[in-house]
Amino acid sequence: MNIGIVVFPGSNCDRDCAYVASDVIGQSAQFIWHQETSLGEMDAIILPGGFSYGDYLRTGAIAHLSPIMDAVKAFAKQGGLVLGICNGFQILLESGLLPGAMLRNRGLSFRCEEVYVRVENAETPFTNQCHPGQVLKIPIAHAEGNYYTDPVTLSSLQANAQVIFRYCDADGQSTGPSNPNGSLDHIAGIRNAAGNVLGMMPHPERCAERALNNTDGFLVFQSMVASLKTQARLTAR
Amino acid sequence: MKAKIYVTLKEGILDPQGRAVQQSLQTLGFPAVEDVRIGKFLEVDIVETEQAAAEAQVRSMCEKLLANPVIENYRYELTEVSLPK
Amino acid sequence: MKHDNKPSTTESLSKALIHQHGLSDEEYQAILAHLGREPNLTELGVFSVMWSEHCSYKSSRIHLKRFPTEGPRVVQGPGENAGAVDIGDGLAAVFKMESHNHPSFIEPFQGAATGVGGILRDIFTMGARPIALLDSLRFGELDHAKNRHLLQGVVSGISFYGNCIGVPTVGGEITFNDIYSKNPLVNVFCLGIVEKDRLLKGLAQGEGNLVLYIGAKTGRDGIHGATMASDSFDDASEKKRPNVQVGDPFLEKLLLEACLEFLEQDLLIGIQDMGAAGLTSSSCEMAARSGTGIELDVALVPRRESGMTPYEILLSESQERMLLVAKPGKQDAVLAICHKWGIDAAVVGKVTNDGLLRIKDGTQTVAEIPAKALAEEGPRYDRPAAPPSYQDSLQSLNLDMLPDVKNPDEVLIALLGSPTIASKAWVFRQYDYMVGTNTVVCPGSDAAVVRLKGTQKSLAITTDGNSRYCLLNPHMGGSLAVAEAARNLVCSGAEPIGVTDCLNFGNPERPDIMWQFVMAVEGIADACRALNIPVVSGNVSFYNETNGLSIYPTPILGMVGLIDAPEHITTQWFKQAGDHILLLGQTNEDLGGSEYLKVIHAREQGIIPWLDLEVEQRLHRCLLELIRQGWIQSAHDCSEGGLLVTLAECCITSPLAPLGAQITIPPHRIRLDGVLFGESPSRAVISVKPEHLDAVREAIVQAGVPLTDLGRVTSSSFDVTIQQAAPVSPICFSLPGSHLADIWKHSLAKQLDGDE
Repeated sequence: MNIGIVVFPGSNCDRDCAYVASDVIGQSAQFIWHQETSLGEMDAIILPGGFSYGDYLRTGAIAHLSPIMDAVKAFAKQGGLVLGICNGFQILLESGLLPGAMLRNRGLSFRCEEVYVRVENAETPFTNQCHPGQVLKIPIAHAEGNYYTDPVTLSSLQANAQVIFRYCDADGQSTGPSNPNGSLDHIAGIRNAAGNVLGMMPHPERCAERALNNTDGFLVFQSMVASLKTQARLTAR
Repeated sequence: MKAKIYVTLKEGILDPQGRAVQQSLQTLGFPAVEDVRIGKFLEVDIVETEQAAAEAQVRSMCEKLLANPVIENYRYELTEVSLPK
Repeated sequence: MKHDNKPSTTESLSKALIHQHGLSDEEYQAILAHLGREPNLTELGVFSVMWSEHCSYKSSRIHLKRFPTEGPRVVQGPGENAGAVDIGDGLAAVFKMESHNHPSFIEPFQGAATGVGGILRDIFTMGARPIALLDSLRFGELDHAKNRHLLQGVVSGISFYGNCIGVPTVGGEITFNDIYSKNPLVNVFCLGIVEKDRLLKGLAQGEGNLVLYIGAKTGRDGIHGATMASDSFDDASEKKRPNVQVGDPFLEKLLLEACLEFLEQDLLIGIQDMGAAGLTSSSCEMAARSGTGIELDVALVPRRESGMTPYEILLSESQERMLLVAKPGKQDAVLAICHKWGIDAAVVGKVTNDGLLRIKDGTQTVAEIPAKALAEEGPRYDRPAAPPSYQDSLQSLNLDMLPDVKNPDEVLIALLGSPTIASKAWVFRQYDYMVGTNTVVCPGSDAAVVRLKGTQKSLAITTDGNSRYCLLNPHMGGSLAVAEAARNLVCSGAEPIGVTDCLNFGNPERPDIMWQFVMAVEGIADACRALNIPVVSGNVSFYNETNGLSIYPTPILGMVGLIDAPEHITTQWFKQAGDHILLLGQTNEDLGGSEYLKVIHAREQGIIPWLDLEVEQRLHRCLLELIRQGWIQSAHDCSEGGLLVTLAECCITSPLAPLGAQITIPPHRIRLDGVLFGESPSRAVISVKPEHLDAVREAIVQAGVPLTDLGRVTSSSFDVTIQQAAPVSPICFSLPGSHLADIWKHSLAKQLDGDE
């Protein structure tokens, strides 16, 4: 299957995502320049991490106005899988594909470290290879991952099982110290109401290989592949 | 026209930078500092002489890009300036 | 084309103006000889920066010739934007280290950020994709608010730039000493990878080929930055702030991608970063290297500010700019790539065959200087060198005056919490050390290891330098730095293949400083030669002096090693309870200049350890053999803090839960503090699975390396029994591994944040 990776000026995890898509999970990966207006024949889209437009003005604010984003929105509307990682998540928030916004980390500075997240919903195209409540160790690397939304939106995220990952400790408990950035309700990743768009701050592409001493992130990509295969079978029938 | 645009965090949204500056000011000997909020200030020069038209443009650019309505408010001042040709 | 409008030299330049430009009377006479006339103000400015210490290496060049710069792997030695070594698979590793000390003191955030930007450009102008950054930092002690401010600023600056451009900061080191309070050091190392036969160089060949300017518009920033870096500081220096440049990592990321596309499409003759002395140095160096000339029209240079004079345009140090020479007919393709990435670009001149750097402002010629006079024929000094009068007193230390250690556990805790030894996680967690998904060994082991995708290979990288050793004995200190860097790599499973250096010293016009420099260079050269490690690039930073007080001589080495197979990658921490712990190498009473003497006895004195390069090499061969046989679980260089600190680090530095150890120190003939905290070189602590123990012992004995059994790895507590010569009863203590880990992990954060 074809995985399209959108490259904005300043994206810097685009090549890492392509490596996982092609060399680790054995699919075809293609870069899509932000000035394009069409995605081509893609089965899933990744908005990679990085500092699109240098994070100037607000993270993701300028990137979400790129020509390609109209195509991404149309793709999402038709049910296509869209995964936004880190800066990709921030772009999804700015574009309105996901609700809420990112504030600066509680501790103000950039944090790069391995954190634990708990899988809150294992019945999504991005987590179907995990079991509910499974604790994954995935690295973060950001200065603005402090998720915020208004109370009404938060309740609806909770009610619709749209919170997919919450920060926790190694034992799966969400506590103050296990939350690296002050994120509301310990949110590390959310999906849209339809369930086909996921934004997450941790970087699964950085822990999908034994060579990197951690393969927890592989589950996210494996889930996407499984979901697309099921979808293809259903369509074929 | 020149638009001076102020983008600030909405009331009630935690501003960790503002809090850090507030604490720093207090330790510097300004105990009266009760709250600090940090925002952005933008100066935008627009080739437009009509006040109303300029205002419409500024509002539109704030809503589309300069402020994020989930977390930020904006306000602006418009002044007439002669731009170099 | 005719050049009959010679640059005007109407007004004679005053002596004061010449001195303001940092040029001596003799240097001015040499300029007159080169030109055959008086220079005008623009030309004077150009000579002034190009002949500054920073650009010309006038005090150091004759000494740097001592370095071994050749070897079977060397693809590019010193003299280019960066050095390169062959790593097989058709690839070359391109690397260099550079200082950004002066700007970082004046404005720590931007100073450090632009330091990162500069070294990155040096790497990608060679056509290499940068894959790793390391930083070697020196600050004053953290009990002063100013030093904390400098550290925080520098770390944020590195974080801001490196994270944004997406090159991981995978390691480095930081040490603290008040001698750096007014002269902190920021040395940045970068490594990139390129296909060996596609290496780009800073060349300007082919008469008529077009010269293009790409990148940021030119402003008045940093004018005379190179001259600033060639001067000592005084209290007024902090007011030099307008001189400091501002970095834009986003623009640099675009430049990086554009440059790699130029390479991909084979569009360029040559390319060079506009670093120190900006447009001037890049153009004259490219021409001088190629034996050609360059003609530039400053009126065509993209500018950010109005009313800039040719003098200002030539000397501006605005960041994120490059000068390149396109292959014939390829300029449109270059411009198209720049357009795609949204980068300003302009044709600003052409290559000529007259050997001159000719600067025009429209039709008017404003400067005309032989390129070689600027880039290669600058002054060379063999400055007087003599040991300082206090050198003998530094070395004399009567250890009998100091009480031997009574409570080794307390000393261990004090050392683990001292900022130089404590965990630097507070620093490196602000750096993105994983982007690129190549970082196989993250910051916190002896060396960082990055894998090379598409091959079986990895590179180990470390930076090292012990300035206290260099103060006490610059020659031996230089050699010890090389040995320790190489040992770090070997402990990681790598064979050292090349080194770059950053030589940070005081004012070279002082004979004592010059002596330190010459001795340290000799020491480094001797060790590199003995260990077969070529020096492929480097940088000298003089005038690290404020109000007459110089820093300790601080040569820093950035060394690269090659690991052939993933299973050879080795880390410093213990892996499993039950494993045997062995010490390789001989422990002597090496307390002079040790971290122990500084932290516990507040002395920075004594005779520093003697390094036997043959012994060192034997240890390296032995360790590599053990690693390649797959016989050892961990290997850790035994250095700062000595044996006990090394053992504790083996227990607590793992990214997983800390382990413990049951240690027995055999009876000894030397002072106990010498055994536990002395810093004898050529030692390493390894751990071995029981089933490999016999093979390992035999191999070590065969290799002629001294061997001491120290005990076993355990699951939690750090238990030490120190046997004494009879009839004295042994000293025993037991500390929970988690307690040691807490002290080591949180000490720096406590000093910097006041909490955690």
